[in-house]
Amino acid sequence: MTTTELVLNVLIAVLGGAIRVGTPFLMVSLGECVTEKAGRINLGLEGVLVFSAMSGFGGAYLSGSAWVGVLVGGLSGAALALLHGLVCSLPRVNDIATGIALMLLGSGLAFYLGKPLIQPQAPQIPALALGDWSSSAQVRSALQVNALFPIGVALAALLSWGFRATRFGLVLRMAGDSSDAARSLGYSVNGIRIAATVAGGFIAGLGGASLSLHYPGSWNEGLSSGQGLIAVALVIFARWNPWRCLGAALLFGGAGALGPALQSVGISSGYHLFNAVPYVLTLAILVWTCSPTRTVKGAPAELGVSR
Amino acid sequence: MTPTPGGASRHPLKGAPPTARQSRFHGGRWVGNPRSAESLESVALPLLAMGGALLLFGAFVWVGGKSPVDAWTLLFKGAFGDWFSWQNSLQRAAPLMLTALCVAIPARAGLVVIGGEGALVLGGLAGATLPYVVTPPANAFGSALLLAAAGVAGAGWIALVGLLRQRRGVNETISSLLLAYIAIALFKHLVEGPLRDPASLNKPSTRPIADGLLIGGIGGSDIHWGLAFGIAACIASGLWLFQTPSGFATRVVGGNARAALLVGLPGTRLIVVACALGGACAGLAGGIEVLAVHTSANAALIAGLGYSGILVSFVARHNPWAAMPVAVLFGGFGAAGSLLQRRMDLPDASVLVLQGFAFLLILASEALRGRLFVAQAKPGAAPSVAPVAAQAVS
Repeated sequence: MTTTELVLNVLIAVLGGAIRVGTPFLMVSLGECVTEKAGRINLGLEGVLVFSAMSGFGGAYLSGSAWVGVLVGGLSGAALALLHGLVCSLPRVNDIATGIALMLLGSGLAFYLGKPLIQPQAPQIPALALGDWSSSAQVRSALQVNALFPIGVALAALLSWGFRATRFGLVLRMAGDSSDAARSLGYSVNGIRIAATVAGGFIAGLGGASLSLHYPGSWNEGLSSGQGLIAVALVIFARWNPWRCLGAALLFGGAGALGPALQSVGISSGYHLFNAVPYVLTLAILVWTCSPTRTVKGAPAELGVSR
Repeated sequence: MTPTPGGASRHPLKGAPPTARQSRFHGGRWVGNPRSAESLESVALPLLAMGGALLLFGAFVWVGGKSPVDAWTLLFKGAFGDWFSWQNSLQRAAPLMLTALCVAIPARAGLVVIGGEGALVLGGLAGATLPYVVTPPANAFGSALLLAAAGVAGAGWIALVGLLRQRRGVNETISSLLLAYIAIALFKHLVEGPLRDPASLNKPSTRPIADGLLIGGIGGSDIHWGLAFGIAACIASGLWLFQTPSGFATRVVGGNARAALLVGLPGTRLIVVACALGGACAGLAGGIEVLAVHTSANAALIAGLGYSGILVSFVARHNPWAAMPVAVLFGGFGAAGSLLQRRMDLPDASVLVLQGFAFLLILASEALRGRLFVAQAKPGAAPSVAPVAAQAVS
């Protein structure tokens, strides 16, 4: 294999991987976007991701249908997020600390309940073969697109329109930008935020199902190592805009696919370092976008994380 | 007891005038002392939350068809049932005290740092690989050198978190966890690659540490001297925070950054120093684990001790002194985990579930603060001055 072919192969694998690896990023960042627009941070989406990956896998395994698994994943993510929403509504309870607790609880519950699920195979989410026009095997395998990805793109469009043009979106943003305004119009700020957290948990749960039911496609305890957290940081980078979340998710998906892509062409030294690229990239982007003197552009005013 | 700002205990012999703060009869009924009610509360709330977590855990086990009473009994037997389990618990408590400080000290300066795991693994690596560069004398002085290297590595790593937050406004919670993942990747790369001992075949490790440098047990027991380091670090950081001007300044910065700025405190420096001290503790934990348990740096070091330290610190309400008993408690639960696994066939993650419940309930219990014992206090006398730690929690 010549160097050009090698580079081309890695490039195709990274592009295909951007969608494959990026789908969970997309889902979690959209979920976090909804939650943060309402003025709360759910750092626990990492726990939600692991827990919904486990329950989604379990649902698909027991029912024999991948889509039932996706639904179970979403619902279990919503249930865990509901816990976050309720606890954060108590007086003097901090949402970041609760998120850390949820990270621990979500992975604990997932590892505990998921013990019997490590061995079996579950039906997978079907892949859409978008690469059939090509004669190249690499292109075809890279364009085996997760069926959840178009759903995620549609969700991004729906959210973008919903935030801008619907009454619910306006109320949600009001709770995030000025809880006083929301309260004075007679809305329950806690109610809105709980609803937003639950909705965000459901969407993130779909990302969890994508992890265990499409790529990597099985349940094990090392399934997610920080993707949920990266997605939270990614929302800052995307400036709370669903469309930008899509772009950012693809970028991070590509970065995450770099390690496996290089390994597939036989470059395995520095494997761990390549796998750390998404974390480094996230940190670099945070350093680049944040500033100590002003809040990040587009940040909901009630949010603590963008301080 | 959580000291409160401006509430230094008065010496009873110095003739302090009775104030409204003391318990007394007033208008024919007993008026509780709000301050003692507050400190009673700061003990009662975590106990209540822990009790609730144990109850929830019991219910969880019961739903799975196992006896909750058996689980509770084994939990305490495995943790504190006999000398053997005590040794195991205390051995596990030592690193937890140190990683808890990596959360507690920055929290006092107003930062929620949760990346102690990264400082721990890098500290362990630095300690294990210092002999690659210089040959330390094979005695206690040599061990101290290795531990110092571990502490410096951890300090640098977490100081970076403080710097990023102060200079670039990067949220410290997210950056510290990202840095932890980066540190773990770096650790794996170096241990499996450039720094690997060629003789370690199945389990990639750094070169084993010379026998003379290892940390032994206290008085022939399994409890190694790391426990002494943990206790000393907790006591010292408590003294620093509550008894020295710079510790006080750090707590002012954590309590109200704007006020600290107005009185001219060097906020950035104090925050970075607090982060470095916390990181040094976590790095030291890594060094101790290497010198006392693993004898070389390998993947066994990545055991989540940094993450358990977060829980310990929150339960102790970021009070270094309270972190000691809490670390022993959670060290004990960790020790009991394998017993639960063997006797009741529960998954090894059952301790994680218990920790998760405990964490959530500890935070939720903040909502009860000020309502538990102050009902009998004078209206308006309810304590409104929460300890500085609460600023980081609530």
